[in-house]
Amino acid sequence: MAKKKSGTVLRYNRWGYIFLIPFIVVFIIFQLIPLISTIYNSFFEHYFKNGLTEVGPTFIGIQNYATLFTTGDLPKYLGNTMIMWIIGFVPQILLSLLLGAWFSDPSLRLKHQQFFKTVIYLPNLIMASAFAMLFFTLFSDGGPINSLLMQMGILSEPYKFLSHAGSARSLVGFMNFLMWFGNTTILLLAGMLGIDTSLYEAAEVDGATSTQVFFKITLPLLRPILVYVMVTSLIGGLQMYDVPQILTNGQGNPARTTMTLIMYLNKHLYSKNYGLGGALSVILFIVTGILSVIVFKMNQASEK
Amino acid sequence: MKKKLLSVVLSTAMVASLLVGCGSSNDAADDSAATDAATDEATDAATDEATDATDATDAATDEEADVELPEDTGKVLNIYCWNDEFANRLKDHYPGYEANDPDDALAGGKIGDVEVKFTSTPSTDNAYQNNLDATLPGNADAAADDKVDMFLVEADYALKYVNTDLCMPVADLGIKDSELANQYQYTKDIMTDSDGNLKGLSWQGCPGVLIYNREAAKEVFGSDDPDTVQAKVSDWATFNATAAEMKDAGYKMTATTNDTFRTYSNNVTTPWVVDGKIQIDDNIKAWVDASKEMADNGYCGTQALWSDDWSKGFYPDGKVFCYFGPAWLINFSMAADTEGSIANAGGWGACEGPQGFYWGGTWIAAATGTDNANLVADIMRKLTTDETIMTDIVKADSDFVNNKPAMEAAAQDDSYAFPVLGGQNPLAMFCAGADKISLSNITEYDQGCNEEFQNAMTGYFDGNYATYDEALDAFYTAITEKYPELTY
Repeated sequence: MAKKKSGTVLRYNRWGYIFLIPFIVVFIIFQLIPLISTIYNSFFEHYFKNGLTEVGPTFIGIQNYATLFTTGDLPKYLGNTMIMWIIGFVPQILLSLLLGAWFSDPSLRLKHQQFFKTVIYLPNLIMASAFAMLFFTLFSDGGPINSLLMQMGILSEPYKFLSHAGSARSLVGFMNFLMWFGNTTILLLAGMLGIDTSLYEAAEVDGATSTQVFFKITLPLLRPILVYVMVTSLIGGLQMYDVPQILTNGQGNPARTTMTLIMYLNKHLYSKNYGLGGALSVILFIVTGILSVIVFKMNQASEK
Repeated sequence: MKKKLLSVVLSTAMVASLLVGCGSSNDAADDSAATDAATDEATDAATDEATDATDATDAATDEEADVELPEDTGKVLNIYCWNDEFANRLKDHYPGYEANDPDDALAGGKIGDVEVKFTSTPSTDNAYQNNLDATLPGNADAAADDKVDMFLVEADYALKYVNTDLCMPVADLGIKDSELANQYQYTKDIMTDSDGNLKGLSWQGCPGVLIYNREAAKEVFGSDDPDTVQAKVSDWATFNATAAEMKDAGYKMTATTNDTFRTYSNNVTTPWVVDGKIQIDDNIKAWVDASKEMADNGYCGTQALWSDDWSKGFYPDGKVFCYFGPAWLINFSMAADTEGSIANAGGWGACEGPQGFYWGGTWIAAATGTDNANLVADIMRKLTTDETIMTDIVKADSDFVNNKPAMEAAAQDDSYAFPVLGGQNPLAMFCAGADKISLSNITEYDQGCNEEFQNAMTGYFDGNYATYDEALDAFYTAITEKYPELTY
């Protein structure tokens, strides 16, 4: 009898594997094979002279990695990426927590929640490139923002937003913030609505203030979602590309202070430099992995 | 039991759909393989014919014998371009061309039974060249209707394609040297490969002049006469002094530091790249020094060419005194069709400026593997050698065409006056400029070098790089990213 039962379980499990097939197939074709070929390519010298004449592939060991670390400005671009991510992420997570808390607070009884949720999510629906073009036009030297500020008497001559490292980076951060805070709010809100309301009621009975409720109940119980948001945002941040690419016309101006890692990767694709590009991608892969583990561990550790 | 049945059905459906997906794609692959085979045969046959033709030419020794081109088999004439300039020339001036849409030249048209199709890819971010790089090498094997028959190139990167087999020598199209005698020599030099084969033709010449704002000239110099203005910009020292005057009057001398770049970079003595090593000519350095001074004094901005801030000066409110450019800039780029622009009101004037230079120009090249060789040859002949058509282009589009005797005659003829220049006839200036253009210092890396150099130096002018050397390092970094084969 017992034997028969385990057999049924086994046979029943088979369906699970069958249902996994589509994912595995797609994963292997679109993720695993490109990943392995990228690592493989990173050990070769392989590019096109002026886009047309093929050079290589010749096996050169870790030469590409050596080139990246000795001649490239890899740390600088990593720094740029992280700075612009932080500029966007800090206000994003704060505002999202605040909005999430308001939306999920039953005692506030906010009206038209659905409308506001849609509105704050809307910027994410605009293509990043269109959004960047819009900002490029708005903040150009002779653009509407400059004329507005000058007419209001705040500025005497146009401020070159895109020619100063601080303002250019802030613009990128601000755009990412605008585009993603709606998404983060929805995620955090889902997490907050999942918290047992009896806890809030108990806290209310005990006379806890709303600040106490937020910090002692909401935040600790929200941790898994918070970790998820941070990890995905970090990975997304490291892969930041479209906004600064369009805003600075691919140059990372001024003086490459808005050049992100992926923009740098794109620079190598001009000459179809599979070797250096591959090496850079592998480094990016490792950095992303390490950072994700750190964030994950940090949150786990404080949980204990 | 029901559950099990359901799961069987579901998973069968899923796996089946997966297999169906694979199956149909296999079918498609088979189909395309079959088509490939068919195309291969056709191509082989065509190539054989072509080889025969070449043999025949060889047999006829070095005399300029008529080349027997294989009969045109293509039903579609594919033209790759980056804007509608050539499309408009073809639409307006090629005899028997029926446009699909009279207001949009890029919509294509018909020449006899052949459909003309334009594929326009912007030059921005190298997209146009990437497209060519991806398409041209496989052109001979492409499906008949997708074969590129003709593509356009600019001077800055012409050599990149000229030095490959991707474009056909015009001699193979049956166009003889004697037919091209009236063209400016430089337009032929630029399209000649290392073996001396001419591989493309242009209908225009692009000597540049200084284009000044007449209103500003009247206000500051008291006269908008070209000679008066020329005296004020005759060399770089005078130019700088005038810039100060312009600033006091509230005008920018040029829109941006990059405007003067070509006047310096065309007068260099060393090319950008010699034996794979990047060179910075003294004249390029001179541009950096002069521009830094201009920028620091507020005589001009530092924005990129073609940006919105750059083209603000095409309107009176932009308050820009001058631009440097050839005929196509005047007629094609300066918003002449837009109400309220300076060009629309005929408010520009032209004078020679501090130094002669050329800028851009569009060349027509025949793509190897074309199945419309006769038509391509005829378009080249009509647009670049037919004097009637070419003088029509000058009259209709204020272009400067690639026909020396015709241009020299037109320079004396007031009926060729440019409306955008307030009735001035600048052709004599262009003629003198075109004779002086020398292209001994161009390389296939010019476009990348020019763009990256301007970009790196803009960082220096804006103060984001503290020193010239820092900016130079940034230039080297950017250029070796683009061209890993170069050293510095």
